[in-house]
Parts: sequence; C-alpha cells; structure tokens
Amino acid sequence: MSKTNITRRGLMKTGAATGAGLALPTIFTSGAAAFTNEPTGSTVTLGFNVPQTGPYADEGIDELRAQQLAVEHLNGEGDGGMLNTFSSKVLDGTGILGKKVEYVTGDTQTKSDAARASAKSMIEKDGVVMINGGSSSGVAVAVQGLCQEAGIIFMAGLTHSNDTTGKDRKANGFRHFFNAYMSGAALAPVLKNAYGTDRRAYHLTADYTWGWTQQESIQASTEAIGWETVNNVMTPVGAGDFSSYIAPVLNSGADVLVLNHYGGDMINSLTQAVQFGLRDKQVNGKQFEIVVPLYSELMANGAGENIKGVYGSMNWNWQLQDEGTKAFVKSFGEKYGRPPSNSAQTCYAQTILYADAVTRAGSFEPCAVAAALEGFEFDGLGNGPTLYRAEDHQCFKDVLVMKGAENPTTEYDTLEIVEITPVDQVTYAPDHAMFGGAEASLGACNNGA
Amino acid sequence: MDAIILQILNGLDKGSAYALIALGLTLIFGTLGVVNFAHGALFMIGAFVAVTMQKLLGLSFEQIDESKTDFLGNPLKVEVPYVESWFGPDVGAALIDWSVPLAILFAIPVMLVIGFVMERGLIKHFYKRPHADQILVTFGLAIVLQELVKHFYGANPIQTPAPDAFIGSFDFGAMIGFDPNVIIYPYWRLVYFLFAALVIGAVFAFLQFTTFGMVVRAGMADRETVGLLGINIDRRFTIMFGIAAAVAGIAGVMYAPILSPNYHMGMDFLVLSFVVVVVGGMGSLPGAVAAGFLLGILQSFASMNEVKSLIPGIDQVIIYLVAIIILLTRPRGLMGRAGVMED
Repeated sequence: MSKTNITRRGLMKTGAATGAGLALPTIFTSGAAAFTNEPTGSTVTLGFNVPQTGPYADEGIDELRAQQLAVEHLNGEGDGGMLNTFSSKVLDGTGILGKKVEYVTGDTQTKSDAARASAKSMIEKDGVVMINGGSSSGVAVAVQGLCQEAGIIFMAGLTHSNDTTGKDRKANGFRHFFNAYMSGAALAPVLKNAYGTDRRAYHLTADYTWGWTQQESIQASTEAIGWETVNNVMTPVGAGDFSSYIAPVLNSGADVLVLNHYGGDMINSLTQAVQFGLRDKQVNGKQFEIVVPLYSELMANGAGENIKGVYGSMNWNWQLQDEGTKAFVKSFGEKYGRPPSNSAQTCYAQTILYADAVTRAGSFEPCAVAAALEGFEFDGLGNGPTLYRAEDHQCFKDVLVMKGAENPTTEYDTLEIVEITPVDQVTYAPDHAMFGGAEASLGACNNGA
Repeated sequence: MDAIILQILNGLDKGSAYALIALGLTLIFGTLGVVNFAHGALFMIGAFVAVTMQKLLGLSFEQIDESKTDFLGNPLKVEVPYVESWFGPDVGAALIDWSVPLAILFAIPVMLVIGFVMERGLIKHFYKRPHADQILVTFGLAIVLQELVKHFYGANPIQTPAPDAFIGSFDFGAMIGFDPNVIIYPYWRLVYFLFAALVIGAVFAFLQFTTFGMVVRAGMADRETVGLLGINIDRRFTIMFGIAAAVAGIAGVMYAPILSPNYHMGMDFLVLSFVVVVVGGMGSLPGAVAAGFLLGILQSFASMNEVKSLIPGIDQVIIYLVAIIILLTRPRGLMGRAGVMED
C-alpha cells in the first residue's frame, strides 16, 4: 500500500505556486501559441494607440483616420490608396495572409502611463498583434518597451526624439518618422543660405526626451555651419505663458531664437515671441529670426499669421508631387474632406509596411516580421526611396524643409516646401554618439508567448 | 536692474489674470461660502467667447475662384466673410480685427447668465453641505464644462489675435534711459494690465459706493442680521455670483490673445488662483488682488535664467513655496480676517 505524503505545508506550497502561476498575465504564459496573440481565426486585430483625449487629441484623430483608411485598403475596400503605388506588390486587398483586418483603438492621452495601460489592455484583452500610433516620444519609448516585453511588434507613430531609435531602440520597435538629428542636418544648410554663417542662436527647449535631443541636434548642426549658441533654456512642458523666457532673449545678444517646442507649447511660444516684436527687431545689424525645427500642420494652423517665413522641417507633406502622395491625398481627401497631416501619413505607411512584412514573411510571428522589415527597401509611400535600417529600425528617406507660407489660400497650405533634403545628407552611423553610441543595442527580438 | 524691471513687467499681466480670477473666487466665497472650483472654467469660457466672436465675425460663404485649385485639383472655393460683403471689405476686416475687444460686450451678458444658471441650477443645492461636497461638485462641473468646450472647439489651441494696432511691443527701457531693446513689453499686455486695474477698481467701487454693494458687504459680515432686517440677501448673493462669473469671463476674453485658448486653460489657472486666495487671506478682496500680483511677479522672477541656475526647477514651485512660508508665518494669509473658515 503506497502512502502519499501530503503535509499541510506541502499542500500550501503547491497551492501558492499554482495560484501564482494562474494569476500571471496570460500573455507571458500561454504555452499553446507559438507567439503572443497568434491569430487563429479568420481575422487579425491591429491596435491603434493614439491620443484621443488631452492636448494632442486632434493629431490623434487624424492618425486614426489614416489607420482606418489603411485597414480599408488592406481589406480591398476603397480605391486602394498607396497600395497602388507601393513598390512591394504582395498585398492584394484580401487582408493580411488572407485574414480580414480588424482593429481596436486605445487612448494614450499623451501620457506614458496611460499609453502603456491602453496598449497592455489591447494586447491582453483584444489580442492585437501589432501596435501603431502616438504623437509623443515619451509615449513612444514607453509603449515600445512594453511591446518588447510582451512580444508584440510596435510600429511607432509620430515620435521625433533621437532616443526612440537611439539609446532606447528595441528589437520589436520600428520607426518610419524622421528624427531630431535629421531635422538638424536638413535645416542647417537652408539656414546657412537664408541667414548666413555669422549668427548667434538662443534656444528655448521643452524639458523632456524629445526637447533634449532636438536641441542637441540643432545646436550641433548649426554650430557646424559657424553659428554660436548663446544660451539654452529649458521650459516646462505646458507652461502656457513663455513671456518670462522670451523677454530676456533680445538683450542676450542673440539674433536667432530656436523654439524646440511642439504642439500647443510651440503655438504659444511662437505667438508670444511675435507679440514681443522679436521679428521686427534688428540685432547685431541683422534681422532677428525665429526657427521652429519640427513643424506639424496643426501647429501651423494654430500659430496662424505668426508662422509666415519661419523655417522648420517635416517628415512628409501633402503638397509633394510623387505618385504615392497624390494617391494618398486623393484617397484621404475624398473620404475625410481634408488633406492628411504628416502624422497621418506615417501611421498609414507603418500599417501598410507591417502588413507587407507579414505577407513577405508568411507569418505573424514577431521575429519573422522584424526580419522582413530589417533592411527592407521600398518606394511609393510618399517619401521616395526608403530604407528600414536593420541596425536601429529607423527609416532613412528624404526630409522636407518647410517655411510658413506668405500667402496661404486655405488653412491647409500654411506651410510651403522649401527644399527636399536628400537622404544621404541626413544619414548617420548607427552608433552615432547622439543615438546612444556603441552601447546602444536592439537586444533580442521577442516572440512572447 | 534691467532684468528685474523686465520680470516685474512680465509678472504684471500674469498677476492681473490671477488677481481677476482670485477676486471672483473670493467674492463667491465671501458671499455664498462656496469654494468654487469651476471658477477657472469660467475664465476658460470667457476666452472661448472671444474665439466664438472671432468665428462668428469670420463666418463666410463660399465663392468659387476658377483661377486657383484646391488640394484635390478642383476649383478653389474662396471663403468670403459675410461682414465683409455686408459692410464692405474695409469695415468688415476692421470688425474681424477687433473681435477680441468686441467680445467683451457679449461676454458680460453671457457670463452673467452662465453664472446665474450655475448658481441657481446646481450650486445653491450645496450651500448647507460640507466644503468637501462643494469642492467635488464644482470640480465635476469644471470637467464637464471643459469637455463640452473640447467637443465643440477641439483640443488644439485656437489662435485669437489682438487687433493689429496692438501687435508688437514698445521699448520701455528706452523711455526710462536704458539702451534700446533691453526692456521691451508687448502693447497688448499693457492693455491687459490697465484693463485689469480698471475692472478691479470698478468692482471695489461697486461694493464700496453703491447701496447694493453696502448690503452685500453687510451680508458678507453677518448674513443672518441682514436677513432679519427683511433684505433678500440670497438674491443679492446670486447677482454677486453672476458678477464674479462675468469678471472671470472678461478676464478670459482679454487673455485670449496672450495665451491661445485651449480647453484646459481654466484648470491651469484655477489651482494657482486658489493659492492666491489662500495667500491673500480667505474672504479678503484686497488680499486676493495683492497676492495675485505678488505671486505673478514672483513667478516671473523665478523663471529668470540666473535664478534657475541657482535653484533648478524653482519656476515650477515658487508659488507653492511662498504659500507655505506665508501660511506658516501668517496662518490667515496676508490680509485674512479672523473667523473665516475657522469654525
């Protein structure tokens, strides 16, 4: 007769271990699937994590419009948009790998913790295989980290900090949008032509990851053309009134003000700088100028008249004349009655690029998808020939230098394209010091499950 | 020296806004005994009255301009404002240009009505409830109001420029003997300061020199006795709520060119204005005004590079730091009276 040795202590240990095991989130333990959220039915779900409330809600809504349009095109509805001009021809309008594309949305609120929570919910509850969207680098870095742990592909939306594909780069994260370094590299030659080499710049900088890398980049590239940096003042995000920071600028000996601000902060700081009459002044015998390194259409609209003649840079603009852009603007414009913003374009492109990579890989498995994206060269998505660099998962393509239009005809052409800076001029080494140097690493790709 | 004068000037306009909001808060607290967390939302609604005025005056009809094309390649529809076609392009353009000052005329009745509705419809039911309940309900109301504004106007700040005549700045430094361009101050901020001084003066004069004001002050001092004299003090207090709302509203209208209105601007100002009220002394009108300017100017000083390099981040905490020091040394605030919120 065998005797089973069940002690009270042993039972409790086993119970506790089992309980703890059951309590673990299923994404880390579901052993049956080969990878996290492997789609088994006739549909596949994508997660669009955009700011739907908070100060960047308008930008988030435009991203969502583009993402919905991309889903339509992937499912063979509508006119197909940039699928018709995309150089890769594997997408045929039957969804992804024959599965109909569905989507869920999350609200990042432009807060890192809220964005992580909504991404986590979409991964665990809705079973999404990919997350796309967002309009802040703080959010992008946070969500990218979460996707890496969960074994999900993250296709970043609008994020411009060098860190996203620099020191915080992740094997599961991919960025189509350009970055602060590229803005600096593209702007410097244009600024040199327009304002000369003997200039003294004063920087006001948003005090978070994007502002820091933006400032570092534009300072380096303007100093390379001979400019001097008089001062760099950090301003709190959402300060509202920047007058205390703007007032000392004229007396500092600077003749250029660089506003490393985005969104509402940029609208307010630019408006207030113009109110202070900076642009009417002569300093050091030169006309005082303002530069806004990163532009968006919504900011340009918000800043109104004040933006006229001010230089900045963009990832893409609807006024480009390539076939991809024309197809996208037509498709988007007919559906929503307005041209798409550059954050909309990047989200559309990212969704299409993900679907294409899955199809080429023949699997939704994150590591296979990542391998298909790495080193992928493509064209026809509005930015000209583009490379998804394997070393850091950053897209390399032409950058637009923009200027506030002198005589806009509608609210949509408040910015005009000054120059299309060729990709070679904005390319840098993967181990560049501004991108985390030699220590920066993607780490290993994670399939989750 | 020049930097100090510069920051005092900078503090004046911010201080004016704090003072105007705090004045209204104190009026409501002094009369009705309610801590009104929706007061910042009234400031925000005022700013959006300016936005609405600008949009109304800019209402346009479409005219097709065959010589130009839009982004889809169709003939461009040019927007022509109605006021320009009714009054001629010059008068119409001038009306649109002056939309912010014009908005004051509309803001006063609109804000009075909003104030009455708020007080009669919601807040009066909370007079006998604890302060915590009042704070919760008015805070909730503020959130509802700001989400409503966001629904109709979007989340992006809306540019609301001052009339062209007030664009740019004047060289204050040159006037008082400094080098040119050392101390510059935008015209509109000067207008705002003068406007705030005028409104504050008007409110004080109203309370000091009219019978209505005398009754209200008597009611603030001893509500029961005034009631026993057969005076309907509640009705007067309701009117004071409306006036406080109107003061916050016109403060918001005039602030719109300084800070492009967005739906959450009210909250940003509310917290600071509460600190202003507490520092000034709960229930003290002169205290609220004095503390408003004091804290506005202090905040400006704390934003100076020289100060920030000594104590990083001081610009973010200075107001609260000062509030702590003042409350430790003068628990009733600068000009607080005994017996207010001490029962």
